[in-house]
Amino acid sequence: MTTPISIEPHPTLRNEKDYPFCPGCGHGSVLDSLNEAMVRLELEPHEVVIVSDIGCSGLSDQYFRTSAFHGLHGRSITYASGIKLARPDLTVIVIMGDGGTGIGGAHLLAAARRNIGITVLVLNNFNFGMTGGQHSTTTPEGFVTPTTPGGNLEHPLDIVATVGVNGAAYAHRGTNFDDDIADRMAEGISTDGFALLDVWDLCTAYFVPNNKFSRRKIDSTMKDLGLDSGVLYRQERPEFATEYRRQAAAHTAGLRVDVVEPAVSPTLERRFHFVVAGSAGGRVRSAARLVATAAMQAGWWSAQRDDYPITVKTGPSLSEVIISPEEVNYSGVDRPDVLVIVSEDGLGKSAAFLEKMTGEDTVFVAAGLALPDTAARVVSVDLAGAGRPIPSASRALAMVAHAVDRTGAVPFDRFETVAGQGAFGEKNLDLVAAGVALNEA
Amino acid sequence: MASSRGSTITATETVEREFTDGATAIVRGALAAGCDFFAGYPITPASSILMMMLQNLPARGGIGIQGEDEIASIGMCIGAAMTGSRVMTATSGPGISLYSENIGVAIMGEVPLVIVDVQRLGPSTGAATTTAQGDVQFVRWGTGGGYPVIALAPSTVTECYTLTMRAFDLAERFRCPVFVLVDKELALTMRTVDSGGFVDASVRDRPLVDLSDTAPPEEYRYEPAADVVPMQVYGGDHPVRFTGSTHDEQAFITKNPAVVGALNEHLIRKITDHVEEIAMVKTDMEECATTLLVSYGVTAGSMRDAVATARVAGTPVSALTVQSLWPVPDAAIRDAAAGIERVVVAELNPGLYAREIERVLPDVEVLGIARTDGRLIAPSELVALIK
Ligand SMILES: Cc1ncc(C[n+]2csc(CCOP(=O)(O)OP(=O)(O)O)c2C)c(N)n1
Ligand code: SF4
Ligand SMILES: [Mg+2]
Repeated sequence: MTTPISIEPHPTLRNEKDYPFCPGCGHGSVLDSLNEAMVRLELEPHEVVIVSDIGCSGLSDQYFRTSAFHGLHGRSITYASGIKLARPDLTVIVIMGDGGTGIGGAHLLAAARRNIGITVLVLNNFNFGMTGGQHSTTTPEGFVTPTTPGGNLEHPLDIVATVGVNGAAYAHRGTNFDDDIADRMAEGISTDGFALLDVWDLCTAYFVPNNKFSRRKIDSTMKDLGLDSGVLYRQERPEFATEYRRQAAAHTAGLRVDVVEPAVSPTLERRFHFVVAGSAGGRVRSAARLVATAAMQAGWWSAQRDDYPITVKTGPSLSEVIISPEEVNYSGVDRPDVLVIVSEDGLGKSAAFLEKMTGEDTVFVAAGLALPDTAARVVSVDLAGAGRPIPSASRALAMVAHAVDRTGAVPFDRFETVAGQGAFGEKNLDLVAAGVALNEA
Repeated sequence: MASSRGSTITATETVEREFTDGATAIVRGALAAGCDFFAGYPITPASSILMMMLQNLPARGGIGIQGEDEIASIGMCIGAAMTGSRVMTATSGPGISLYSENIGVAIMGEVPLVIVDVQRLGPSTGAATTTAQGDVQFVRWGTGGGYPVIALAPSTVTECYTLTMRAFDLAERFRCPVFVLVDKELALTMRTVDSGGFVDASVRDRPLVDLSDTAPPEEYRYEPAADVVPMQVYGGDHPVRFTGSTHDEQAFITKNPAVVGALNEHLIRKITDHVEEIAMVKTDMEECATTLLVSYGVTAGSMRDAVATARVAGTPVSALTVQSLWPVPDAAIRDAAAGIERVVVAELNPGLYAREIERVLPDVEVLGIARTDGRLIAPSELVALIK
């Protein structure tokens, strides 16, 4: 697992193992070029993490003396990103096949867009070598593989353009036969940002025999597809891991924790349920929160359970507040003692409650809503009669204030105190006063 | 009457109270445990953990990132863990599905990794804002091969804090994925909480091989099978190899049956030989009780109320809250069932943990209350079943 560090630059970062590839397979020569590039950059084995994908190309990490990570098919970029984010000083090199660019395409895009400082070598042999030559994202149209017996019908992926137009700092296309491929690899590795090299090579076991493919045909295919070779993208953008740290230095954040030192508790005989049913965007939750917090201030225990639509601005919104003489273990509310129905949406959510409520319970309902039969005491609150219009986003608070005042669900002075706190304190108190003054029909 | 077993942490008294929720407690627990890397993908009801972590890690010198999907999120966590970071991710059931393959990578590569699952009602997309406990078997069997993981289930807001810290400690101790299983109700319902309940659990430093000098560092090994050897992480003076494939002790791929057999036996026994050490349950026993209520997570709250109500009415009953769901604390469950004629298992799923109780207690009548309609189990429903 270890190699003693040496003082001299390493003449090679290869280990003593022979490559396992088929005769004529291009992968070995790509790895030789990578070794040459790393030696030229005088990289030490412990400074480099080679992250290999899955496939014949995915075996590559085992032939180097560097650190290595061999994970899942298509996910090499994710591990490499995690390593680079946590340790930007490490040189992180991904070796993947064309196969990985399909199953892991989302990661390729994200890494380029982030411009995270890893280098990706795609050993692109136009098919899945390891699993038997099936077609991949880069198989050109018309080419034959065991899964495209009549010729491939899909358009081949331009890997270089894909990462290039999406923010990669460096993107190169070439072949393993190019004289400059090691130089370009060294260039990519030295780039402060996301670098990708799409290196075309031959799978002699499958793609070559299936398509009478050859070194010469690599070049003609590139031309036929209208694709250029060379360094096709080079752009200056901040490297993600460095930029993250720069931004973090200016960052302050705290967790919101509401600490309350409860007063000496007035006796609360039993658990009490206060439910507010209204519309999304109607500040139902913040109105209910005042009841829960007031209860805490009074020395009691509370819980608040919110039900809301995923689209936060339409549909019903429901807040169930439990006020209890002891810690709330069970946060379900089957039968509210007080139910405040602010809007038609809220009414729609109240049917099950209204069915269970008895003559000991009270419903405060906005006047004009057609309440179904209920055994509960019904108080119809005239929101229009406040002498001034109460906007829909303020109705929940006004009605809750009214209900708290009439029922004493929580001590009204505590409710007023918490309502008056914070940036909206003054506005809240004004609404509380308006709510208390509302007429009952 | 209440007693604890294993490493249960007990709260101290204080007058200060907070209005907070389980998600916030998990984030506080993670930060208190020294979590310095988080990656996740937004999903209700786990998104608030993602947001809080990403807002709080930068100022603490940590890294928090939203992945392009769940696969990337857990992948980045695994990569970062291999540099020595203390990592966490959080999701809900659909996200665990996408974590599946990488959970196996973390098992195979022995990566300390805390995974929070805020459960919601399934199957499929199910109901994002509806609570459930449907992933209790899924997290255990959610990756190919059947190898063990650890899963903890807090049942109160403050346990969300203490058990998250404990999860980090267990991840370091056993070098494996450790799940913190909560649900929408526990994670997002705000509750008054006694501040004294946020008791720090000790979280050990990662046992690391010294890679800083020229002396050959300690070898990675699989034997004795139940031993967990210190980790080697990237960034020291020696190269470190990692692979998710079957491998020898130098992390080179092998299919040699003797080597692979030793590796896989190690992956199993490093957990199964230490069940007692991992076990966490809370028991509330009454001497002449013949009914034992068993629950976990948010449903244990209903159970606590049911026990109180039954006792006020003069009906004896005992209760067991399982905090370490996996590995199943068999011995603690058997102890709690001594003299019991009937066990009632309450859970918000089709009866998933009841089958574990049935396995552990083959001679006792086991009755399951299995709810799958999105509502909580009311204490009154449990009281009705106590004889
Ligand atoms: C999730 C998953 N699906 C499928 C496979 C099977 N598989 C192994 S290698 C491979 C394709 C490899 O092709 P490529 O990336 O082009 O590498 P090459 O063998 O050509 O170098 C596939 C599909 C796998 N390992 N994991
Ligand atoms: S199958 Fe193809 S890619 Fe794999 S080693 Fe053989 S020639 Fe190379
Ligand atoms: Mg290929």
